[in-house]
Amino acid sequence: MSDTPSPDVELDSRGATCPGPLMDLIGKVKEVEAGTVIELLTSDEGSKNDVPEWLDEAGHELLEIEEHDDHWAIYVETT
Amino acid sequence: MTEEIVVVGGGTGGTVLANRLAERLGSAIDAGDARVTVINDGEYQYYKPAYLYVPFGKKTVEAARRPLSDLLDRRVDLRVDRATGIDTDGKSVALEGGDSLAYDHLVMATGANLDPEELPGLAEGGHHFYGPEGADSLRDELADFEEGHLVLSVIGVPHMCPAAPLEFVFMADDWLRKRGLREDVEITYTYPIQRAHGLESVANWATPKLEERDINVETFFNAETVDPDAQVLETMEGNELDYDLLVAIPPHTASDLISEAGLGDTWIDVDRATLEAEHAEDVYAIGDVADVPTSKAGSVAHYEAGVVADRIASRVRGQTPTSVYDGKTVCFIETGMDEATFVEFGYGDEPTMREPSKPVHWAKLGYNESYWLTARGLL
Repeated sequence: MSDTPSPDVELDSRGATCPGPLMDLIGKVKEVEAGTVIELLTSDEGSKNDVPEWLDEAGHELLEIEEHDDHWAIYVETT
Repeated sequence: MTEEIVVVGGGTGGTVLANRLAERLGSAIDAGDARVTVINDGEYQYYKPAYLYVPFGKKTVEAARRPLSDLLDRRVDLRVDRATGIDTDGKSVALEGGDSLAYDHLVMATGANLDPEELPGLAEGGHHFYGPEGADSLRDELADFEEGHLVLSVIGVPHMCPAAPLEFVFMADDWLRKRGLREDVEITYTYPIQRAHGLESVANWATPKLEERDINVETFFNAETVDPDAQVLETMEGNELDYDLLVAIPPHTASDLISEAGLGDTWIDVDRATLEAEHAEDVYAIGDVADVPTSKAGSVAHYEAGVVADRIASRVRGQTPTSVYDGKTVCFIETGMDEATFVEFGYGDEPTMREPSKPVHWAKLGYNESYWLTARGLL
């Protein structure tokens, strides 16, 4: 079992379709300090690909993707 | 007892809704059993899609407005005043003029506002075509722009009219070619995510067209600052882009009334089918201010307005409302100065893309004129 990171900020984008969750995350990353751990909740499967791709591009760290019954929790640490 | 229906906002959604209610509840209104009041902070309605044509000298901002009193059914009360507070427990709307209006049913149709100040340097360094002053100023700038780098950067997402940034670069390309200037102007289109548009089918359709027209595309491009002196955009991804003329889709925001009333952080949280507010009773939201998973577009406001009018009319009559919104969205997409296509889709659908044609462009121009019939509830 993996250790779930402890988030500083929760961002609930469940129900939003692509690219809503990624845009919500980008908006939140703009607001917070470096070193903040964000938990993004998304029910859009596309987020599993487009979020890590953007994190790679923008240089933030993907900590974990957890699959739940009807959504995914993506943990991100800003740099 | 008079059933009080109050609509805040006299844009497309507010006028279509009020006129539909006047039609549905005409006899109740005439008998004094129901009243529909529209509150708007000015006497005019502005047809924002027309601003896309202003930078190219094809329309004027003056032609894109009508007095609300000409658009609203005579049975609708118009209050020209600014709403300053919503009390969802006491069910009233406070007005700047000092009055307050009690409601039994409240519809929020306050739209989206531009917020260029959110991005450092954007107000000084960028142009836009999302409002009358911006469109006029861009027309003057574009008229004298004969060489250099034209950058269209989508900065605010979500933003009104999601097709407009693509339309702008397609139109600019065609317009500059027809004026013999295209070889001296480089055009770049930037978008925040990994493709050229939020809808995958639109992105897949547009990408080869942008390439054919020699329009550069930068994806994963989220501007963080604009340096108006050096004429450089800097992004969250650590990139820089020089520009000579920056046309930006500015960040958008909603009225402070929403967060102050606890209806949502920025946009109003609603049930996406009934459009009822999630955090208050007897409150609905339509148009750009409603947080639903589709475009912020006039057609959305139009269709949502019909649904909410039907639901409120049913409740006033003591019936169970059955009308629901399925996410229907229709958008024209101009692909040059004389060709266009259109898309139609609902919640969760990807639109079918059609080849652009002149007749669809003519239909778009025709609709721009006949829009006022939509506002009146006739089309």
